[in-house]
Amino acid sequence: MVSETIELRGHIIDSLILPKVLDQILTHGANFKIGEIKIGERRADQSFARIEVSAETSEALDELVLRLRQHGAEVIERANVQLASAPADGVFPSDFYVTTNQQTFIRFDGKEIEVRPAMINSAIALDRKKESARAVKFFDVNKGNEIVVGHQGVRVVPVQRSTTHTDIFQFINTVVDADEPKSAIIRELGEELRRAQTAKRKIAIVAGPAIVRTGAADHLVRLIEAGYVDRLFAGNSFVAYDVEHTLFGTSLGMNPDLAFTRGGHENHLRAINTIREAGGIFAAVRKKILTRGVMYACVLHDVDIVLTGAIRDEGPIPGVTTDIIEAQKVMRQKLADVTHVMMLATVQHSLAVASMLAPAAKTVCVDIDPAAVERVVEHQPLQSIGLVTDVEPFLRELADCLSESRVRE
Amino acid sequence: MRELLLCPPDYYGIEYEINPWMSRAHGADAALVQKQWKELHARLSNLDCDVHLISPQPGLPDMVFTANAGLTIGRKFIPSNFRHKERAGEQPFFAKWMEQRGYDVNWLPENLYFEGEGDALFGGDALFCGYKFRSDIQSHRALADILGCLVISVELVDPRFYHLDTCFCPLPDGSAFWFPSAFDEYGQRAIREQVTGLIDVLPEEAMHFSCNAVVIERDIVLPEGAPRLVATLQDRGYCCYELPMSEFIKAGGACKCLTMFMPQREKC
Repeated sequence: MVSETIELRGHIIDSLILPKVLDQILTHGANFKIGEIKIGERRADQSFARIEVSAETSEALDELVLRLRQHGAEVIERANVQLASAPADGVFPSDFYVTTNQQTFIRFDGKEIEVRPAMINSAIALDRKKESARAVKFFDVNKGNEIVVGHQGVRVVPVQRSTTHTDIFQFINTVVDADEPKSAIIRELGEELRRAQTAKRKIAIVAGPAIVRTGAADHLVRLIEAGYVDRLFAGNSFVAYDVEHTLFGTSLGMNPDLAFTRGGHENHLRAINTIREAGGIFAAVRKKILTRGVMYACVLHDVDIVLTGAIRDEGPIPGVTTDIIEAQKVMRQKLADVTHVMMLATVQHSLAVASMLAPAAKTVCVDIDPAAVERVVEHQPLQSIGLVTDVEPFLRELADCLSESRVRE
Repeated sequence: MRELLLCPPDYYGIEYEINPWMSRAHGADAALVQKQWKELHARLSNLDCDVHLISPQPGLPDMVFTANAGLTIGRKFIPSNFRHKERAGEQPFFAKWMEQRGYDVNWLPENLYFEGEGDALFGGDALFCGYKFRSDIQSHRALADILGCLVISVELVDPRFYHLDTCFCPLPDGSAFWFPSAFDEYGQRAIREQVTGLIDVLPEEAMHFSCNAVVIERDIVLPEGAPRLVATLQDRGYCCYELPMSEFIKAGGACKCLTMFMPQREKC
């Protein structure tokens, strides 16, 4: 999206020039945001409106602004960004602009440059030669890099609530508490996932160990088999639990399939050891050590697996990125094209993913802890659904719903 | 007594084409031109108006259309900035003439097109201003700054009705007669919201420049060819004088285009 700020002055209310200009913006497929409006008090008083007009392309915007000028709109020149050099590697200049996860543009040399990617809690580095701007983390910045300071010349375009249709994300935008009904929402979510799959959008799952512990792994496998998962983000422990369940039928010694079982933590460590011995998940599948479970299904159905570590991990299981800076980079890269994310029963990984998502991504957060759900949903306030529930009934109902819709087809 | 400015049609003719009515292939009949103009002059003089004449200038055939000289309010005269270079030469003659008679000449910025009373007519307490074909909407704001009155800007969308005074004629009781489809829908709505008792002119009558009328209190001087409009106006108690205007309509003008009020209003 590119934008210009226009101003209208005069008897724009009585002449209906203001509604005409706003209507023209919308009928040309562009959007507006009224920044300031002053309406004359007496009939002879003139009014004033400052309007930010945004369109998909600069050509479309130019054509629209040309039309609006015929109705008296004046284009306001915006100031360029202010820049300062990074004083050392890994250090931003003081007063550096801190990004949000919303689409952001900077104005430099009279032109608008989109900051890519849209990444929260970063600085903005300008490359004059390439006329490009990128969001950079501390580890990305080198001494002398030109960094945006202050707010001048920076424009943030929040994701707007659609005015033409409502999908489930824009309809709900809230947290559904434990004591509220969820079936209708899960059915709607199923429909949204079907549409996303048909449109070849990228669906990601962020998986916590509770999926395995609550006995929901098979439901997740059904989603994977039906092609509703393109990418799986998880930690070392999720893999360990899944492998333990696959190999020993337990999860941290508990058998999720039996009401009462006895066991110990040793199965957990033996499972990790088995995968290490096999040389990783892929090797374990190839060697037929792993013959079912979530990780097996992922390998079988070409799901992109992104595993990152934590301090208390055992192992680690081969393939888990344990360097946290490296892990951030990998996750960011793997999340760049993701449009739909289901964050299931893991606070740490969900928060990490939510902080790296593009603003337009749609998210579902499922957790039994209301506080965890609230925290994750806050990251995408316009495009998120939070469900406070045990993850097992959620995944069971979603998988049932998507299997039914497949049968209907 | 109303004071009016007219310009004898000594150099009038269809010498260029700057609106859909003009065709050099269909020139005006010189004798008929004189006859029709003199008839207008006589009619306005008989209506107890003080008619002033400005000397016509060779090479400026449209100077006869004095409504486009500018806009006069009280002793303020706001000269036009003509869009077409063919008419731009008229401006200094009109401005000088008004200045010599003691009017305070208020120039608009040169980059704003404004074609005087042709696009600026008072109705009630509002100054209605047409834009797009000849005047720029930006000039309306400048007028509002100078005059301090409510200016209703309306977009003209039919090139045959390129000036406001070709499709809108306010009446002294606050109503008006008009040809609605000459305006875009916002302009139509704005006029309907501001003006009560509007009289819609039929398309076939509008084509005779019926809206291009000079209104002097209860007397209306308008081109012939609008029997329905005349009947409606007579029903409302107006006295209509229908004049042949064929030779001026060839240039896209008629009674009102040939007349400028001095002033149109004493004050806003």
